[in-house]
Amino acid sequence: MSRKEETEEERRDENDELVDRLLSGDQRALARTISKIENRSPGYRDLVSRLHEHTGNADVIGLTGAPGSGKSTLVDKMAERYREQGETVGVIAIDPSSPFTGGAVLGDRIRMASNVGDMEVFFRSMSARGTLGGLSTATTDAVRALDAFGKDRIIIETVGAGQNEVDIVRTADTVAVLVPPGSGDAIQTLKAGILEIADVFAVNKADRDGADRTVKELREMVGELSMPPAAGSGHHGHHGADETGLFSDSDDRNEDDDEDDEDWTPPVVETVAKTGEGVDGFMQEVDEHRTWLAESGELEEQARERYAAEIRTLLRQDTAALIHEEIEARGGIDEYAERVLRKETDPYAVVAELMKPVEDCVRKERQERDD
Amino acid sequence: MSTENTETEERTVRCMIAKVGLDGHDRGARVVARAFRDAGFEVIYSGLHKAPDEIVQAAVQEDVDVLGISILSGAHNTLVPKVIAGLEEYGAKEDTLVLVGGVIPEEDREDLKDEGVAAIFGPGTPIEETIEFVRENAPER
Amino acid sequence: MFDDDELERIRESREDWEEETLDPFLEYGERKERFATVSNHEVDRLYTPEDIEDIDYDEDLGFPGEPPYTRGAYPTMYRGRTWTMRQFAGFGTAEETNERFHYLIDEGQTGLSTAFDMPSLMGLDSDHPMSEGEVGKEGVAVDTLADMEVLFDGIDIGEVSTSFTINPSAAVIYAMYVALADEQGVPRDEVRGTLQNDMLKEFIAQKEWVIPPEPSLGIVTDTVEFAVEETPKFHPVSVSGYHIREAGSTAVQEAAFTLADGFAYVEDCLDRGMETDDFAPLLSFFFNSHNSVFEEVAKFRASRRIYSRLMEDWYGASKDESKRLKFHTQTAGQSLTAQQPMNNIVRVTLQALAGVLGGTQSLHTNSYDEALALPSEEAVRVALRTQQIIAEESGVADIVDPLGGSFAVEKLTDEMEEEILEYIHEIKEMGDGSVRDGVLKGIDDGYFLREIQDSSYEYQQRVERGEEVVVGVNEYTMEEDTSPDILQVDETTRDRQLERLERVKEERDDEEVEDCLDALSEAIESDDNVMPYIVDAVKAYATMGEIMEVFEEHHGSYQETVTAI
Repeated sequence: MSRKEETEEERRDENDELVDRLLSGDQRALARTISKIENRSPGYRDLVSRLHEHTGNADVIGLTGAPGSGKSTLVDKMAERYREQGETVGVIAIDPSSPFTGGAVLGDRIRMASNVGDMEVFFRSMSARGTLGGLSTATTDAVRALDAFGKDRIIIETVGAGQNEVDIVRTADTVAVLVPPGSGDAIQTLKAGILEIADVFAVNKADRDGADRTVKELREMVGELSMPPAAGSGHHGHHGADETGLFSDSDDRNEDDDEDDEDWTPPVVETVAKTGEGVDGFMQEVDEHRTWLAESGELEEQARERYAAEIRTLLRQDTAALIHEEIEARGGIDEYAERVLRKETDPYAVVAELMKPVEDCVRKERQERDD
Repeated sequence: MSTENTETEERTVRCMIAKVGLDGHDRGARVVARAFRDAGFEVIYSGLHKAPDEIVQAAVQEDVDVLGISILSGAHNTLVPKVIAGLEEYGAKEDTLVLVGGVIPEEDREDLKDEGVAAIFGPGTPIEETIEFVRENAPER
Repeated sequence: MFDDDELERIRESREDWEEETLDPFLEYGERKERFATVSNHEVDRLYTPEDIEDIDYDEDLGFPGEPPYTRGAYPTMYRGRTWTMRQFAGFGTAEETNERFHYLIDEGQTGLSTAFDMPSLMGLDSDHPMSEGEVGKEGVAVDTLADMEVLFDGIDIGEVSTSFTINPSAAVIYAMYVALADEQGVPRDEVRGTLQNDMLKEFIAQKEWVIPPEPSLGIVTDTVEFAVEETPKFHPVSVSGYHIREAGSTAVQEAAFTLADGFAYVEDCLDRGMETDDFAPLLSFFFNSHNSVFEEVAKFRASRRIYSRLMEDWYGASKDESKRLKFHTQTAGQSLTAQQPMNNIVRVTLQALAGVLGGTQSLHTNSYDEALALPSEEAVRVALRTQQIIAEESGVADIVDPLGGSFAVEKLTDEMEEEILEYIHEIKEMGDGSVRDGVLKGIDDGYFLREIQDSSYEYQQRVERGEEVVVGVNEYTMEEDTSPDILQVDETTRDRQLERLERVKEERDDEEVEDCLDALSEAIESDDNVMPYIVDAVKAYATMGEIMEVFEEHHGSYQETVTAI
């Protein structure tokens, strides 16, 4: 599947055409745009850049939960109801579990039974495709494409509750977490990260044994969490993808914890996605959260934080890539490691050597700019 | 411009394995789906009992390179042309490799190929052969 | 079956044999590193009395016609009468299938078997959009009682036993057959036949469904209850492993999942307040017979033994008839090859032989051209003749359980029994002590799909690696033109079927239909047995689709379990 060599100009023309078609409602163009985003095809950044100005009109809802919690079925029912209200829907279903072979079987589409044949529901399956760090970026960009296309509601669905999934759903305005009824174990595992980012909890399959108990336990937990001032861990509604490491020093997410008296307390609702029971109530909570976001100013705040995080992520990726390129050009990291081992140099000196041209260049540019 | 050149393209063959029509024989479809996955392809499985429209919607939205249609009910002459016509409607016929798997009598094969089916794999075809075919013929995009 | 001294003596002489006779031969090597059945169950070089030292003859084998039925369901087996030769037939319209029925009866077939087209199997009328392209393909189209009247034209249903291979809409077909008996003046208690009606295996393997598993199970139990009261010679459920095997399971999984399904039906009937001995005699089973002859025989024998024991221990069966596992067998469609199709005649012969050696009550032999398309008349005849040759010429039908006492077969029977039981216990555990709940849970979370899929994929890989030889496919291949004379369904079938459907709808009393469907709806609402209401509805010429829709309105439609492929 080799691709013909394209000139930059050809690529820009191609993007022009693709963006025009996408904005005019061409399904195929939207599909192809998302493919280019997923593939990181040459020119995809230019493509996403052009779409950016057309975004900002969609409600983005993130949905996560353990395997078998009924996410896809709930998404199907949500999409059905949005359509009944005359709204258009985009769905991105992400399966982050990809075996080492690189292949993946994506089966979430099967559940979208209520919306088959309705092209106003655009459903797209995404695999992890290599690096998970890149997946939240790809998700954000795919959401942009759907948003620019004009979808009113965009649902991001992902399985599980690990850090990677947390990063993915954080790209949404409202995060809903699905919990299956049953042992307290489910709740215990939730504690590890996902609980903090949930705006709405749904105990799905609520017709099963143990649902009442799960609801009760969740409510207790939510109560504990929103009890001020619970050691800095009680803030809900902020989903700026918080970064750790290189560029995260300016993160201010904990600052206003104590003074915000109109905090959002995540409601716990019961649903039976299969039959549609409780789905309306669930969607109402999602909408209420959205309203709260807008009225409290959180929506913009969130967006700002998200963009900041996105810029940081991209910067980090690109600088890392640039440095990597430079190391390779100089013969690879092993060479340096060997020299460090032989005590000919030390890690700090190596980094200083490698960073020097970058620092010089950046500082010089700044100097010129300031002058 | 950006440092995009340092980013490596991650192109993967995307396939859809589709069960169209009412027959519930999905053993072959599932085995092929798993083998494709093991070959490193991304596979979207349609599930059973799908109407041609549903397959078209999925193939278009998922932007698959390859659409493998599995039919064992004998309804291929009716259903396959419908799927292909749907792909054409959305401008997806040209760059989607359409394959058919199942019991297809010899005399129907030419007609299906004329409709735009790239290859037909009957019972007993080694999966490796199918995978090879996909690798060699997946459309350039 | 041997005393300790004897076993000790045998052990010693076996060791001598190994050292003196076997070892020098092993220097030449054996054909394979490992010998295994088609289900990848490893087999030994030789079996001796040591392998069956734990068998208690009376307890574990006994005599045919007595619990635990290891040696056969009936005392004289095929010396009394041979198995029922029941060839599946049905295609096109009811007229065409009726003609095929008459042909088969004239050829000496002793039971009728009806194959339905896909729309009928899925409970859809011929004029439903999803039915396009499928009407009359793979089986006969039945929309209303009018089609059944044509289907059985000139056939006295008091004289034949008919099997209906249909599931989600089985209750409707059953009601139509009862209505037909009423029309022909045949007393209901004379109606004989079998309804497949095994919804659990649909969700596990065959995948024809309308409403979700639990309410589907409810309708099955309604038919059992109705049969007990109204048609005591009619088997309302044929608990089927055939499709589980065709979906790629091993022999053990086939038997285990099928028996578990059977127990699930039993438990559901008991929950209704029925007595085991009232309904259990009406249950029958349907298995696959694949290539590995001894494994298949062992599977049949082990299944009989498990069923007999568990029906008594778990469900309090006391009548022999309640513990006796009776089954139909079909040769393995999946084993047939499109390449060198005549070879399939031999495969079918071996599989049929295994079914007979395993003590089947009835048998369908596949036609050699089935891997290519619908069977031709000649292929159907050869398939039937295969059974007749086994019955009349081979002599295997003259001895009851002729492989009983074979060290190998008895050992394999034991091994299969153990592995099957392991699965059944696992399923029961999944349901917290209820097999019924375990099966429903297994369906819901994709347990069965995963188990079967793993086996199926593993088999495929063995074939591709050449570890599993398939003659004409991965070995002994040749260039050939694989387009034998194949029966094509007349493309006008659909038009003719739609015509009749339209005519029936015009001529019937719509108000009466409406009333019947309303009554059915109320019955569903109040948990009444739905069968009498369906009988009324079909008599008013309500269509199958109309009746199934009533159920869908109440229970919703089923969505496939998404499971890791």
